[in-house]
Amino acid sequence: MKKLFATTMLATMVAGPVMADLVFPSLSYRTGPYAAGGIPFADGYADYFTLLNERDGGIGGVEARVLECETGYNTEKGVECYESTKGEGSLVYQPLSTGITYQLIPKTTADGIPMHTMGYGRTSAANGKVFSHTFNYPGNYWNGASGAINYLLETNGGDISGKKIALVYHNSAYGKEPIRTLEELSAKHGFELSLIPVDHPGQEQKAQWLQIRRERPDNVLMWGWGVMNQVAVQEAANIRYPMENFIGIWWSGSENDVLPAGDAANGYKALTFHNVGSDFPVFDDIQKYVVDAGKAAGAGDQIGTVLYNRGMYAAMLAAEAAKTAQEIHGTADITPAMMRDGMEALEMTEAKMEALGLPNFGPAFSVSCENHGGPGLVGVTQWDAGAKQWSLISGYKPTDADVIGPLIEADSAAYAEEAGIEPGCS
Amino acid sequence: MPEQLLFAAEVTLNGLMAGVLYALVALGFVLIYKASGIFNYAQGVMALFAAATLVGIMKGQVPFAHLINAIFGTKVHYFGWTVPALLAILLTLVVMVVLAWAVNRFIMRHLVNQEPIILFMATIGFAYFLEGLSDLMWNSEIKKLDVGLPQGINLWIDETTFNAFGYGFFIDNLDIVATVIAIALVASLIFFAQYTKQGRAMRAVADDHQAALSVGVSLNFIWVMVWSLAGFVALVAGMMWGAKSGVQFSLSLIALKALPVLMLGGFTSIPGAIIGGLIIGVGEQLFEFAIGAPFLGGATQNWFAYVLALVFLVFRPQGLFGEKIIERV
Repeated sequence: MKKLFATTMLATMVAGPVMADLVFPSLSYRTGPYAAGGIPFADGYADYFTLLNERDGGIGGVEARVLECETGYNTEKGVECYESTKGEGSLVYQPLSTGITYQLIPKTTADGIPMHTMGYGRTSAANGKVFSHTFNYPGNYWNGASGAINYLLETNGGDISGKKIALVYHNSAYGKEPIRTLEELSAKHGFELSLIPVDHPGQEQKAQWLQIRRERPDNVLMWGWGVMNQVAVQEAANIRYPMENFIGIWWSGSENDVLPAGDAANGYKALTFHNVGSDFPVFDDIQKYVVDAGKAAGAGDQIGTVLYNRGMYAAMLAAEAAKTAQEIHGTADITPAMMRDGMEALEMTEAKMEALGLPNFGPAFSVSCENHGGPGLVGVTQWDAGAKQWSLISGYKPTDADVIGPLIEADSAAYAEEAGIEPGCS
Repeated sequence: MPEQLLFAAEVTLNGLMAGVLYALVALGFVLIYKASGIFNYAQGVMALFAAATLVGIMKGQVPFAHLINAIFGTKVHYFGWTVPALLAILLTLVVMVVLAWAVNRFIMRHLVNQEPIILFMATIGFAYFLEGLSDLMWNSEIKKLDVGLPQGINLWIDETTFNAFGYGFFIDNLDIVATVIAIALVASLIFFAQYTKQGRAMRAVADDHQAALSVGVSLNFIWVMVWSLAGFVALVAGMMWGAKSGVQFSLSLIALKALPVLMLGGFTSIPGAIIGGLIIGVGEQLFEFAIGAPFLGGATQNWFAYVLALVFLVFRPQGLFGEKIIERV
């Protein structure tokens, strides 16, 4: 026994220091009612790291390892996934659920592991002085609400006073997120806001759409998820609501949401913080190094779909933050604390994205201690039912910082007081 | 006619139509409960499985493609043909009959004479198994169901009511089709139960399965038949709901809509399922229109349906049309 132990020790010493993997947990949901949305995101996330490993030999020479854990979009399971994977050297968590995010904010902060909630989660986490380990760049729900109103201002000659705007929302914490922002914007721009909740899961929305038919709002905004989206688009088509006046948040803007309604969904719009389609050089590499090599996480047929692109974009931002962390600390073998520093110093420029094979894929932005949310630039996409594809019909435009800023300050201050946090940047 | 009254009338009509869709789901529960005393938790998942099978057959999808590709390293997804809707419906029915046979052969036959709670638990297990099987066979993508069902506003009703009242009523063509199908389905089921040999045997088993057994009725055959009928009803419900939302996992949750209907209409009555569905449909829509949306912030339908059912339950525990069972000591 002693001999075996000595041999093992000797072998280890001769082999020299071994670089650990860079672990990127993926709290995915490939089962349950939201699987159709969870699968392409998880595939995109995994495939990008596989590409980095196969093409570049990892990140800074260290292989990336995606540690997938099935949450079923269930908060309790999400927390279990976190607890069971955090000890593996996990560098950054992407919980993919607002409910899981809320549970993990205090846990990740206490454990010193950063969390990235891109386009979901707690909006006021954009205040890095309070939420030291939570990041929600490049956009959040309040940016989404403001982006939608800005788009309507732009398409109505800068004046929407007296217009009726209805918000059809999932009757949950997620769906209620934009209400306060929209109320502030309603007071600022003089439009009439009508709130129309839909209970989970949202298969029956007859009463809501009859109300819309009676009230005839000029525009309908939607904060939906899962089956609620598909039913809403179909019901809007049934009452002949003009699709071009119907705008969904980015979680209501995937192919899944419009394909079941067929041609009737033509013209429906959705907000976005990243580009759509597969016309980007990076996808050629994914095809060559990942799909054709038989190493894709899925069947390889989701490339270019909205949610696959979003998962891939999340992985790209995580990888770029890891590279930034490696540069800052002068080591390839980074820790979660170093990763946090990398995320806080992340700078995405158009030149960088072009070099990654993703020209104009997302907005250029930088992160700082004060601002974990980025600039909150929002674009608009539109569905072409004939071609069965989304198109980006606007650039990534700024949102109303005058309205959103004070709301973030107020909400994060309330959290700081509740959690006993002294806001500040170290 | 005052505007609010017209709106209320429109909401009532749409509530009736929604109620028919709820009743379609509830019918499947009633059939199995009536014949075997089993509350089939898997009825919603059967609707999902049936609809997914229908779309898969129509599109010429290779069943278990993901599994086959993972094991053999192939890349097969489609056979390369499509199947007409009517033929696909018939083939799906065959699949549902095979499923009914398998349920009885591998689950129910082994649980004869067990407590109802055991049978209920078995259907919970079956529901989760079927969910997984459905995903594995046809994958979990959201699929468009295109069997030629009309959708959208009925223009004739819109124009006629506009000419009569100055306000055009919205009625969805799909709801009208669902109503016609539900009426035909209930009429056929009642005819089947009353006037056919198998139907009478089914009723005999429902009344007393030991007595039925003693006069030569095959329990196995009846149960396979009843589960097949429930599979057929699940297919109809899956088609109607799937046309609204696409065929996806959430179809399995339509069972939640059937529960208050069953509580209200009774677990053993086919007309009860229909009447219960209509009461729940109208009740929840009218409550949302008159009280929920203006005073309570909206989205009251889900919980109000259960409140309504509970109120009925307090005064009539067996439901409106259910059989009152008195056990004497």
